[in-house]
Amino acid sequence: MQLSERRKFLLKSARAAAAAAVGGLVWGVIANESKASPLALRPPGAIDNFLATCIRCGMCVNDCPYDTLSLAKIGEDVAYGTPFFAARDIPCYMCEDIPCTAACPSGALDMSTMLNEKSEPDINKAQMGVAVVDHNNCIAYWGIQCDACYRVCPAIDVAITQEYRRNERTGKHAFLTPMVHADACTGCGMCEHACITSKASIIVLPREVALGKAGTNYIKGWESSDEQRLLDVSTKVTTKTKRSSEKVRDYLNSEELFDE
Amino acid sequence: MNKIRFLLARRFTQFLIIALFIGANSYGWKILEGDLSASALFGVIPLADPFAYIQMFFAGATVAFDVTLGAVIIFLFYALIGGRAFCSWVCPVNMISDTAAWLRKKLGVDAFEKRRYLGRNARYWMIGIALLLSIIMGVAAFEMVSPVSIVHRGVIFGFGLGWGVVALLFVFDLFLVRHGWCSHLCPLGGFYSIIGSQSIFRVKYDVEKCSSCMNCINICPEKQVLNMITKESAFVKGGECTLCARCVEVCNDSALEFSIRNYIKKESK
Repeated sequence: MQLSERRKFLLKSARAAAAAAVGGLVWGVIANESKASPLALRPPGAIDNFLATCIRCGMCVNDCPYDTLSLAKIGEDVAYGTPFFAARDIPCYMCEDIPCTAACPSGALDMSTMLNEKSEPDINKAQMGVAVVDHNNCIAYWGIQCDACYRVCPAIDVAITQEYRRNERTGKHAFLTPMVHADACTGCGMCEHACITSKASIIVLPREVALGKAGTNYIKGWESSDEQRLLDVSTKVTTKTKRSSEKVRDYLNSEELFDE
Repeated sequence: MNKIRFLLARRFTQFLIIALFIGANSYGWKILEGDLSASALFGVIPLADPFAYIQMFFAGATVAFDVTLGAVIIFLFYALIGGRAFCSWVCPVNMISDTAAWLRKKLGVDAFEKRRYLGRNARYWMIGIALLLSIIMGVAAFEMVSPVSIVHRGVIFGFGLGWGVVALLFVFDLFLVRHGWCSHLCPLGGFYSIIGSQSIFRVKYDVEKCSSCMNCINICPEKQVLNMITKESAFVKGGECTLCARCVEVCNDSALEFSIRNYIKKESK
């Protein structure tokens, strides 16, 4: 068959486009698989748009004095090349000068979110994650004395407190159980690292995974600051269900109310 | 020695850069910190991969000043001076693909299979796909899968299963397509081909000295840039020339030499 130049050009373009589509799909699937890593703990100061903004240079890893941070390798369950830490292996030791955040050239780790009123770095502002206790396997909840996580917490008595409760089973002992306070927990993972059960019974999860959200339907009326949450709420509520056109009187007098 | 002087120089710069990165990671050297995506020279001068930067822009990131300045510095360096020299003087994948090409020749794969499955323009499509996927996925798409990243970051920060990608690339270049990755598919190479096409540092060809032995054409991984050979004296103008200088080395007539393109005076023939 003799093909015209026009036909040849169209066929060539179609072939290239088809190859690009197939290649792009495979590429997209691989990249998307690698991108999905909701449980990775990021260095302090990580911004919301972290995955897009991190250029994967590893300078935070270089400057971490405890070898806590590493760049995700191929085959690890974290977006390729991005910095993260596994608290059970090496937790964040919360350096006062936050060298990892300071080293970031791309803005993926933002030092401005870590400054206190005096514009000094304050590692206690870090929100790397939040510790979550497994009440079923934590031996303190069994009544056996253990306060490893409580003692090791850099924000002891603030981020983790000990709750006392009577042990009804023995009648003469007490439960001394750890309680995490999410607003103070930095997610450093010292507790997870120190936990004495064979698999940690207190683990650090990213805050967006572990924490719920009350929404704006409920407000702590006894805390004046909590009403601030309502400031951004739109008052233009449109009701989707139709209003009944009947009068109340009609509705009350209709016989449907009576069950005969 | 004269025949491999540029090869040795290229391997030296490739190893030196990676060694400095490893030194920064393992021993705290402050000469060149980071990796090929972004780094700090002597602790102050930021450098960054402009192609990664563009992808991040498309992904919707607001990138801080340091990396922005770094990307501009690297962009200007290759656009004005270096051309596509990144590919043969810096990129560590070059060593893998060169080895594959060398072995390919030794094993006679070239003589056995001459047909090309892949066009050399595929890399420009790859750039388009990379940018499109970056928009769709909200993350720098090529950086998620880039063999360039996997190899150099693997050497500096640990490979994981990245060895598999290295092996795959090697086998692909060895048995499937000659210079398959670097001269056909790699969007980063395509990117540097585009931005470096007007750079002043070039190979210059002198037809008067040439004995038409075709050694240069045989060795060149981007043959299309040597289209002036035996025809006219000229600079190698194609942006796809990586300035690897293999043609300069193999030329027995000194017909090919490095030279500076002079834009101010009328370009001399």
